[in-house]
Amino acid sequence: MLYTDDAYTPYEAEIVEFIKEHHDIFTIRLKFTDPELDSKYFFRPGQFNMIYLYGIGEVAISIVNDRNHQQGRFEHTIQVVGRITKGMMKLQTGDKVGIRGPFGTSWPMNEAKGKDVIIVTGGLGNAPLVAATEEVLKNRNQYGKLRVLHGIRSSDLLIYDDMYTRWNNSPETKVYMATSNADPVDNGKWTWGKGYVTNFIPELSVDYANSIVMTVGPEPMMIGVAKAFIAAGVKPENVYVSIERSMKCAIGHCGHCQLGSQFICKDGAVYPYPACEHLLRVKGL
Amino acid sequence: MSHYYFLPHQRIDDMLNQLQGDGYKCVAPRHHESEINYDTITKSADLPWGFHDEQAPGHYKVNKSDHKHAFGFVLPTTSVKPMLFKAKENIWKVARNDEGKLAFEPIVEFEKIAVFGVRPCDLRGIEIQDRVFMENSYNDVRYVKRRENQFLIAMNCTKSHSNCFCVALGDAPQADKGFDLAMTEIEGDGFVVEIGSDKGRALLDALDLEAASGGQAQKALAKIAYAVDGQKKTLPPIKEVETKLMANLEHPQWDDVASRCLSCGSCTQVCPTCFCHTERDEPNVLGTETHHTREWDSCFSIDHSYTHGDTYREDPKYRYRQWLTHKFSTWRDQFRTKGCVGCGRCVTWCPVKIDVVDEINAICK
Repeated sequence: MLYTDDAYTPYEAEIVEFIKEHHDIFTIRLKFTDPELDSKYFFRPGQFNMIYLYGIGEVAISIVNDRNHQQGRFEHTIQVVGRITKGMMKLQTGDKVGIRGPFGTSWPMNEAKGKDVIIVTGGLGNAPLVAATEEVLKNRNQYGKLRVLHGIRSSDLLIYDDMYTRWNNSPETKVYMATSNADPVDNGKWTWGKGYVTNFIPELSVDYANSIVMTVGPEPMMIGVAKAFIAAGVKPENVYVSIERSMKCAIGHCGHCQLGSQFICKDGAVYPYPACEHLLRVKGL
Repeated sequence: MSHYYFLPHQRIDDMLNQLQGDGYKCVAPRHHESEINYDTITKSADLPWGFHDEQAPGHYKVNKSDHKHAFGFVLPTTSVKPMLFKAKENIWKVARNDEGKLAFEPIVEFEKIAVFGVRPCDLRGIEIQDRVFMENSYNDVRYVKRRENQFLIAMNCTKSHSNCFCVALGDAPQADKGFDLAMTEIEGDGFVVEIGSDKGRALLDALDLEAASGGQAQKALAKIAYAVDGQKKTLPPIKEVETKLMANLEHPQWDDVASRCLSCGSCTQVCPTCFCHTERDEPNVLGTETHHTREWDSCFSIDHSYTHGDTYREDPKYRYRQWLTHKFSTWRDQFRTKGCVGCGRCVTWCPVKIDVVDEINAICK
């Protein structure tokens, strides 16, 4: 994290672009207004920032990375859930917010080298894995096959469609998309699949024994994904998940993100599945 | 016995004057209406001379006697925590101009405070919170500045109240580290003083105190031994507690205690080690400036685990279990220390008399 004196105080950042993704989902592209800070800012795939909205407060949001590979910009895709995100929906280009970060652990991009990479996401869980996917594509020869699996409730909830098409047309890469809704409301335009992401396991044509799985979605989904891929032959230590909990401080002080002995903000949010399986299993922990 | 000095009661004012001359605000336990809690003092007469406290599950009472002691009570209602990690404070502010530009500014307020009379359990509470706010991945600059400007005069216990259980945790009602000076009061006489830092030595040098006599030092140790003997609560060895609690997350006792617990959070508010807090904005009406506040929160609050539309610990059973397992088990994984000092405040201030020691014993037996 970038900070000198105080880990609690944000830095000013400017919205350089506001992209409406869906009726309640939007993406903001940001840069720090201090050019020096902007040039120093560095993050790894899977990390998150605390975004501050004037007069309302801060919220922890994963960094999507820059879909257009512009340097010195970072993006967040946000869904309206509470007070702060509702206020953020009204932001416009040129507006200022506060940023603290980046925080947390990152996806195992080094461990994934030489392996087939399977990205499995559900709902808005695709946002925290965009950067990891782009990282594989940028360094294509260092990784094996890339498989991107994404599940959504119904086809109208799909965001990043252009990006998925681009990925699907990339070398050694294939995108599998499924809606759990039996009849997507798409007037026949839906060209992707139906059902659940795990249904694709038999057709991925990867070497499961030498694959790495990175998954983000609701906890029951991540557990189901982890179990299914382990059953298919992926080594448990090669399955990674990202856990979400309330965060007020992001620096391990406020206590809100505790899950057993873990502070998700600094010990996570990205974990090897065997390191957190026992914690996810206990109701109310 | 030359490492023990003696401060007669008549010379407390000299010590306070010396500290005040060095720029310290002196804070000590003080009697206020129906309780003894920390407050600013300027002179020896401000100390709670002759007062005693009664503490039992859900019970606290202060009585006055003719005894000639300033520290005849066992424990103030509050710990030192609020002086370092404030119950509520502005941690930064942001000004917004007409163009919407945001100017952030940290707010770091601190003063030199000498705490006269810190019980050993509260001293350990400071040591535990140091690991959260000062010896962690990120520090809180406010906490660090306050700690750097703090002078700690420990006051060893000469008796225990019925909720005390530091001995059951493997500690003792005697300060062993983390103090500038440690004192033990001898009734009708004064304090046997021990030096714990260069700052402490400088203060004693300035006062030119005489060495304590062998008899005075022996008397002080006997007083502490009396406090040890006064504690009746027992627990299994702490390592065993730590393991057993996490191995019994579905124990029926969690339902039992949840049926009594009100989820009021009193225990967390009086605890010297609880560090949970929330943050919120308090904007001015003009929309030109916001103060960002940090305020104590409690894992007993239903909002504590609210995340993105889900409440992970909706059932009070899970909230009590989070509090107890954190204090007595997962704290070790997080901070390489236990999360409890055995001060017993959570027992005293529980409106339904839940005794954490009984709960642990019920689960770990």
